[in-house]
Amino acid sequence: MSAAGNEWPLWEVFVRPKAGLEHKHCGSLHASDAAMALQLAREVYTRRQEGASVWVVPSAMVTASDPAEADMYFDPMQDKVYRHPSFYPLPAAVDHM
Amino acid sequence: MTTLTSIRLRDTPALRHVLRYGDTALIHAQRLTEWCGHGPVLEEDIAFSNMGLDLLGQARSLLAHAAVIDGQDFDADALAFLRDEAQFFNFTLAEQPSRRSSAHSPGADFADMVLRNFILASWFKQGYAALQASADAGLAAIAAKSLKEVRYHQQHNAGWVVRLGDGTPESTRRMHAALDRAWPYVAELFSHDAVDDWAQASRHGPARAGLGVGWDRDVDDVFAEAGLVRPPGTPFISTGSQGVHSEHLGFILAEMQMLPRRHPGARW
Amino acid sequence: MYTQAMDLAPQDERLALQATGDAEREARFEAHVAAGGWVEPKDWMPDHYRRTLVRQISQHAHSEIVGMLPEGNWVTRAPTLERKTILLAKIQDEAGHGLYLYAAAETLGTSRDEMLAALHSGQAKYSSIFNYPTLTWADIGTIGWLVDGAAIMNQVPLTRCSYAPYARAMVRVCREESFHQRQGFSSLLTMMKDGTGEQRAMVQDAVDRWWWPCLMMFGPPDGQSVHGAQSARWGIKRVSNDELRQKFVDACVQQAEVLGVTLPDPDLKWNDARGHWDFGAIDWSEFWRVVGGHGPCNRERLAARVKAWDDGAWVREAALAHAQKQAARAAKTLEAA
Repeated sequence: MSAAGNEWPLWEVFVRPKAGLEHKHCGSLHASDAAMALQLAREVYTRRQEGASVWVVPSAMVTASDPAEADMYFDPMQDKVYRHPSFYPLPAAVDHM
Repeated sequence: MTTLTSIRLRDTPALRHVLRYGDTALIHAQRLTEWCGHGPVLEEDIAFSNMGLDLLGQARSLLAHAAVIDGQDFDADALAFLRDEAQFFNFTLAEQPSRRSSAHSPGADFADMVLRNFILASWFKQGYAALQASADAGLAAIAAKSLKEVRYHQQHNAGWVVRLGDGTPESTRRMHAALDRAWPYVAELFSHDAVDDWAQASRHGPARAGLGVGWDRDVDDVFAEAGLVRPPGTPFISTGSQGVHSEHLGFILAEMQMLPRRHPGARW
Repeated sequence: MYTQAMDLAPQDERLALQATGDAEREARFEAHVAAGGWVEPKDWMPDHYRRTLVRQISQHAHSEIVGMLPEGNWVTRAPTLERKTILLAKIQDEAGHGLYLYAAAETLGTSRDEMLAALHSGQAKYSSIFNYPTLTWADIGTIGWLVDGAAIMNQVPLTRCSYAPYARAMVRVCREESFHQRQGFSSLLTMMKDGTGEQRAMVQDAVDRWWWPCLMMFGPPDGQSVHGAQSARWGIKRVSNDELRQKFVDACVQQAEVLGVTLPDPDLKWNDARGHWDFGAIDWSEFWRVVGGHGPCNRERLAARVKAWDDGAWVREAALAHAQKQAARAAKTLEAA
């Protein structure tokens, strides 16, 4: 961040709120290096005891699916409902599975 | 809640010993908060305020504990807001100018602040680590919790000392200037007096001089990485920890204490 | 309220964009949003939508950052250690909110540097309320009660804004915001119920000074909002200025009663027919003066932000220089290996 346009790079932050859960994307921040990014992520995103573990990834390293191809990528999943547990009605006695 | 506008504590080694930690935490926190909303980058403002919050928490616990030792039924707020300068036992380093300049003194820059944060956090790390073995169980408990916090403060600010020491020619120059300004106040952190004797003999805490070895190791590691050289020592030793302060503490207290002193006994 | 002047963007901008021939895509976009659909960063969006959002989100972020200053004013003078701690935590939250919002705005293709340049040049606006001075400790509690109260009212509908990164940031902000209003109100309650005569007078004086500027926070009357209709269609602004302002007044009258303070409006009267409180005329000339840069603290606030940025340039450059040195060293080590 300077007059010459040399900005601190942007980092995406992922926090695991509790042991056993996955890391969830919670936002981004600017930092000049990975160590700083990690520390700042802890300062900014875990103030309310929301963190057991933090990942930071340079935003430029994230590869995202193209929303224009969303139908090609994701629609075929719609008719494969047998992947979902709710497709299989079971007697109430064993429905907690 | 007292209606006094000024209080006088019993002057004992036990009290002075606890207040060296508590007052240093309080005054350093007060200086840190001058940076709120004025830091070089938003993310660092948040880091500085986290540090301020930790230090305020330590100050509240330590001052409350001191009030118990004092036995006159005061609380942490009474100690923070109603004592005069001569009853504060913070290290003089903590009261040095922060971001704001004043009528009689220039302000400090970011290099001054991160260096001071690093020096003090490194000292607290040694001090709290030793205090965990205190014969005073209450003090030991406070130390255990506070140790985690100051270890983080040390790591975070060490990162800045390195980045600025080994950054651009300007940042290196500023870091050296900050070192020259801070170093005269470092000797006090490791000097020795009757309170240190008492602390050691009663097993309430470490003598300051004993904290030097660990502190030196930490500081030398970081300075080496930062490309910084310690300034030479001088015969000057500051005396804030003995209640004799620099000209700065008076202004700090005038600002910090004004409301309770203007409205004695008021609840907030 | 973060876009008090947003709605007055020039008409010609809009007309120029219509000539591009994206009319069909825009129609589909409008339908998608009207059906409650989300818009994510990589989705196609009309230029005007993108620009409006960059302006609104960045001005919202600027408001959070500038908002740290009137409160930061009193941290060193807070009257108890607990109040000092609470205030510091609140100001810190505001920095965090600014951060979430800058990040949300950046997903639209702008950069933190660009947004800050717009703020520092005076081109971008921030909420006019922060151009008023905090003169006593009671101002701090009053800001929590009234200013944060108004902000919350504005922010909850924004959690359903069509632009998802903004909506997500607002969810985070709202979660953190409720403590802000509560701590302010509780501070005033203590002074009014357990305080001295001087403290009670301090509170009433603060309320007298902040009430009308807070009503102005919701922006000009609906009749004067040029682009309000479009923002409503795009799910950016879901509740009108006047509606929010009325909701705010209704809530505050009841809260003022609990506090035991008098709101400085002799025309405040319950209107049975409307089911709302009638209130007096707002001095809109004051609003336009302050929004136009001529309030009590405009110059100071901007100067403080510009100074912090300029003074910090060497720090940011050093951090980047160090990172580059580290990267070069690492590359060299790899080479040598």
